[in-house]
Parts: sequence; C-alpha cells; structure tokens
Amino acid sequence: MSNAITAITMPKWGLTMTEGTVVGWLKQQGQDFAEGEEILEIETPKITNVVEASSAGTLRRIVAAAGTTLPVGGLLAVLAADEVPEAEIDTFVAGFEVPEPSAGEEAEAEGVKPRDIEVAGRRLRYLEFGQGDGAPVLLVHGFGADLNTWMFTQPALAATRRAVALDLPGHGGSVKDVGAGNAEGLTDAVEGVREALCIERVHLVGHSMGGAIATLAALRRPERVASLTLVASAGLGPEINASFIDGFVRASRRREAVEVLGLLVDDPALVSRAMVEDVLRYKRLDGVALALAKIAAAWFPGGRQSLDLTGRIGALTMPVQLVWGRNDRIIPVAHGEALAAHLPVHILDAAGHLPHMEKAGEVSRLIERFISLS
Amino acid sequence: MPQKSIRQALNEALAQEMRRDPTVVVIGEDVAGGAATEGQRDAYGGVLGVTKGLFAEFGEARVIDTPITESAIMGAAAGAAVTGLRPVAELMFSDFFGVCFDQIFNQAAKFRYMFGGKAKTPLVIRTMIGAGRSAAAQHSQSPYHIFTSVPGLKCVVPSNAYDAKGLLIQAIRDDDPVVFCEHKLMYDLRAEVPDEPYTIPFGEANIVRDGDDVTVVALSRMVHYTYEAADTLVKEGIECELIDPRTTSPLDEDTILESVERTGRLVIVDEATPRCSIATDIAALVADKAFAALKAPVRRVTAPHTPVPFAPVLEKLYIPSPERIAAAVREVHGYA
Repeated sequence: MSNAITAITMPKWGLTMTEGTVVGWLKQQGQDFAEGEEILEIETPKITNVVEASSAGTLRRIVAAAGTTLPVGGLLAVLAADEVPEAEIDTFVAGFEVPEPSAGEEAEAEGVKPRDIEVAGRRLRYLEFGQGDGAPVLLVHGFGADLNTWMFTQPALAATRRAVALDLPGHGGSVKDVGAGNAEGLTDAVEGVREALCIERVHLVGHSMGGAIATLAALRRPERVASLTLVASAGLGPEINASFIDGFVRASRRREAVEVLGLLVDDPALVSRAMVEDVLRYKRLDGVALALAKIAAAWFPGGRQSLDLTGRIGALTMPVQLVWGRNDRIIPVAHGEALAAHLPVHILDAAGHLPHMEKAGEVSRLIERFISLS
Repeated sequence: MPQKSIRQALNEALAQEMRRDPTVVVIGEDVAGGAATEGQRDAYGGVLGVTKGLFAEFGEARVIDTPITESAIMGAAAGAAVTGLRPVAELMFSDFFGVCFDQIFNQAAKFRYMFGGKAKTPLVIRTMIGAGRSAAAQHSQSPYHIFTSVPGLKCVVPSNAYDAKGLLIQAIRDDDPVVFCEHKLMYDLRAEVPDEPYTIPFGEANIVRDGDDVTVVALSRMVHYTYEAADTLVKEGIECELIDPRTTSPLDEDTILESVERTGRLVIVDEATPRCSIATDIAALVADKAFAALKAPVRRVTAPHTPVPFAPVLEKLYIPSPERIAAAVREVHGYA
C-alpha cells in the first residue's frame, strides 16, 4: 500500500456550479471501498447526485459532515491507507487549501465555456474540453434539451480525450431557425460541427432524438465514426409518449413544466426548481416555440415516431451499444430490448429517460469502457 | 451568459423590439436628449440612460422628445396606440401620474371595453418608483397599487434584470395598456440576461427561493431585502419561501395560495404605503381563499401611512428593512 494521502473535493457539475452541499455519506469513516462505489451525495440548486470513487481506497476522515456547504474544490474527505498515522491526516487537513484559480487555470476556465461556430452560415453553440490521443467524443442531446444534459458525462469522458457537446439547431444557444426541422437538417448540423472542429474520426454518443441523429450520421459517413452509443434512443420503434412531446411544446408556465419534466425521470424529486427554470428560460426565447413545433411535426407526427432505423442498424460497421433506463416513460425500453440479440444493450434499473443523469456514474463508465475498446 | 444591469436590459428590450416592429415608438421627456446637455441629442439617453442609443439608430420620428407636459405625453401615446402604433411612453417619476391620470385610467384603460373590443390599446408606460435617494415626498412614492386597482390596466413590477427585459418585451407586444414600474435604486443591479429577445408571461410569479416554514411575498426592491432577511433566518432554522409576483395585475394568485397552503404562514413585504395596497390585497386574498390553511396571523411589512420623508435618517426608517422583515417572519413563525 502506498502512504499517499489524497483528498475528495467538491466536484464541479455543469458550467454554473460554484458550491455544493453534502446531503449525506454513503460510506462510514474507516470503511474501504472499490472503484465506482458511491461515497457521498451532493446537492446543488440544480441537481442532486452521488460522488463515486475514482479508484479503490479507504475513507480515513470525513471532513465535511452532512449539511455542510463548500465551494467547488473544497475538502470533503481524506483517503489514505490504514498504516498512515492519524497525525499525518491531521496535518493534511490543517494544511489543505481550496486551490485558488491561478492565472493559468483562470485562463483555462475561460476556455471551458461554450463557443459559437458557423456551420453552413448558421450559428451553433458547442462546449469542448479535455485532451488525449484517442478519437474525440461528440455528444448529441435530445428534443428540447441542450449540451447541459451531459453535465456529468462530458467531464468523465474528457478525462482521457477531447469531449465536445453541441446544441442542435433550435436548442440551447444555437440558432433558432431549424428550417424544416427534419432528421436530414439536424444530421447536417452534427456533421457540420464535426467537420468545422476538424475531427477526423469521432465517437458519437446520442440521447433520445440525438441518438437517431447520431445513427444517421454514422450511416452517412461510417468511416468517420469510431463507435456509437445510443442512450434511450429515438428511431428504434414507432412508440413515443405523445403527451410528453405535446406538453413540452406547449408548456409556458412553471406548473405545466414541472408536470411534463417529471415524466423524464424515474424519481420526479430529481426535477429541481432550477432545472424547471432553465427549461422555461429556454422556452421563452423568441423562435423556440416555432422551432420545437416544427421538429415535433417532422419527427413525431400524430404522436408516433416517423423515423424507423431498426432495419439499418445491422448495416453499421462500427461498434454500437445501447443504454436505456428500465422505467423510461418517453420511449419504451422494449425498443432497446428488441435489439439485445444483436448488440450490447445495458438496461439500468431505477432510471427513466435520462439514465446519463439519473445513473450518471454508471453510464459514464459504460461509455468510457466501450470507447476505449473500440 | 452575459451579466447586464437593469438599465442595459431595458435598453436592449427597447432596441430589439424597435428593430423587430416598426410601429414601436418611444415618447417622453428627454428620451432623445439628456439632462443639462443643451442641443446635444442622445447625450444621456433619458435622465437615467435607459433610452441611450435609440435616437441615433431610429431617429426623431420614433424617439420623440416632448415638452415637460405629462398630460400631452400620455394623451398622444394613448391616441397613437389606439390608431396603430405601439408607443412606449415615459412618465419620468410615477409620482407625476396625477396630472395625466385621465389619459391613463379613463381613456387608455377603457378603450377596449368602451368600443366593444373593436379597439386595442398597445401602450406601455415606463415609470420610476421608489424611495431611498432623499428625493422627498413628491419623487419617492411607489403607487403601483393605484394602477393595479384600475380594470383595463396591467401593472408590472420587475425586481431583476432578467425579468425586466422579458417583461418589457411582453409589455410591448401586449395589446392592452401596461404600466411598467422601475425602481430608481435598482438600475445598476446585474443579472444574467440572454442576448436574444424573450418574453415572460404576465401573471406568472417567480419563486425566488424555496422554503417550507413561512411564505414571504415581496415586490420590486423588497425582493432583495427579503432575500437578505431569509439568509439570516435560515441560520436560525427558519426557511422562507420567497415569491416575487412580477406583475400585480394580473396577479398569480395560484402560486401564492399553493405556497400558503403548504406553509400556513404569510408575510407580505411592500415598499408602498399600507392602506388599500398590494400587501392588503394579498392579505385579503389569502384570508378569503386559504383561511383554513393559516396557522398564524398574516403580517404586512410596509411603509407607514405617511408621505416619504426627505431627511435621510427618517427615510431609512420609512422603508422596510431586512431587520424588520426578519422580525415579522420570526413572529409569524413563532406563533403557536
């Protein structure tokens, strides 16, 4: 065992997080844990999530008790082998300082913010960070979402490679003119971003409608796509929750939004007031109502999915995996189960339509492993 | 997202709507000029700089400087609204409504009704409210309750830059007369404001913070004082649910009632005088529709029933303070 003392510090989830509150510890002081085990739960105004162990270790000292609020980077706990004397742990805690962003780091933090890019004369927003030798990963969100849906996934993947998330036309900070709003146009946007960022080969990850778009991009240019991960993907069957689509397009007030967003997750308590507010702020922007209505009409006419790619999945030449929440109330998990004989299909318990947020650690690991093997 | 002041947010809302819709015009005292800058148009952009840059971009046909005559401003604006324009008229201090109230409350507010729905009056009246600058009794009042009491008028009381932009664009696109009340001490207050145009629907309160112990409804600048008080109270174990109605007409009754049904305790914070006020109106609403849920008397934290004092020491006492708000919440919370 090494004598190294390491810290668990307050993570940064998403662009706006500055501090978080410890909800509770899922491991006791003195307990050993394996990689990936859940250590503690943290709450921000936007979301509550667990912090998982990045490697095996021993929880020697809990510094921040439940209820404590700390800034990003603040000391939560100390990890060290049993042989390390208590006095050394004391010294470590006493000497710990929340790293002030140095000039260099500030410059880097400046870099980690969304940028605009012109694709075929249209302004699209994207967020990029991370570096590494492997092919970059490109994350494609679903209907009505934006790049923030990857707030847990993108940092995990960016630890070893370039990770890019984009806002599709009509979404987030991208142009609100979606043309016809159909699959062709949205796939052009994803292709355009990949080309504009000079990415030769890419690992594509798509959620919901973004899964269908990623699949179309992979079918169009298979030589450019190293692997494909589809999370609760559209395009794999005709069913979709029409009342969610209609409700989301219509919702302009908080009460309506809370009801509709509750359908997305297994545990509606995950839908925070801040999350609802973010959705309303997006929906209030000029042009969004029209963009969503056009996309909904092109993709989900009459409450059914117009695009069926099941027959073409077999033609994909790169590795493909599916991830689904067992309790998905938007697109039935049966669409994924039907492909289990041909593809790796990971079905996660206690998750709805947003497994990458509800079971963030697990989904990030599934993608990371799949990508590194591809 | 860019941080912008309320002044910048309002300016952006005006400029974007004027670009989008050629019928939007601005009219008022000094809107194209500036105090103490004789002959120099657009030097200040109104006494508070809110209209700066509009004259240069849109010219004198759409940014109309007037003599100091509120009755003419409001009369011209109401007439223009009913005949096809979308005027944004500036009533520099809301305290001056007395000289032009016929144009507002007996003309603009009545046209749609009197003409059987055949006329619409898309008029916005931007006006300044609030005490705290020793501007004395004739330049410091917050008479939004008077506008709220008039059927046919809508009344907006924004508390932050994000709301200010979205509510002003909504007001300009609304087909009824809207009185838009800007607090004179908040123009430099900053918040994240999208560059794109957006609208916030009227009658949709903002829940500024969540809490299960006491509901506090606060307006305009009082939202910030209440937030400060709530920060103190949370350390004492009292969690306030802070509701900012954003618009007093229409009023989002549901959000207030739902909150009181959960907490059973209500404090209303209003910088205006207490008689026939928004605070009184909301207290009556809750007594009427949520009486059974109440666990304690409703408390109002307001100015006293007096003119606003000029002396800074007295003026400070006059305006509800975070301390007074916290004391009222403690009292309501501790009521057995």
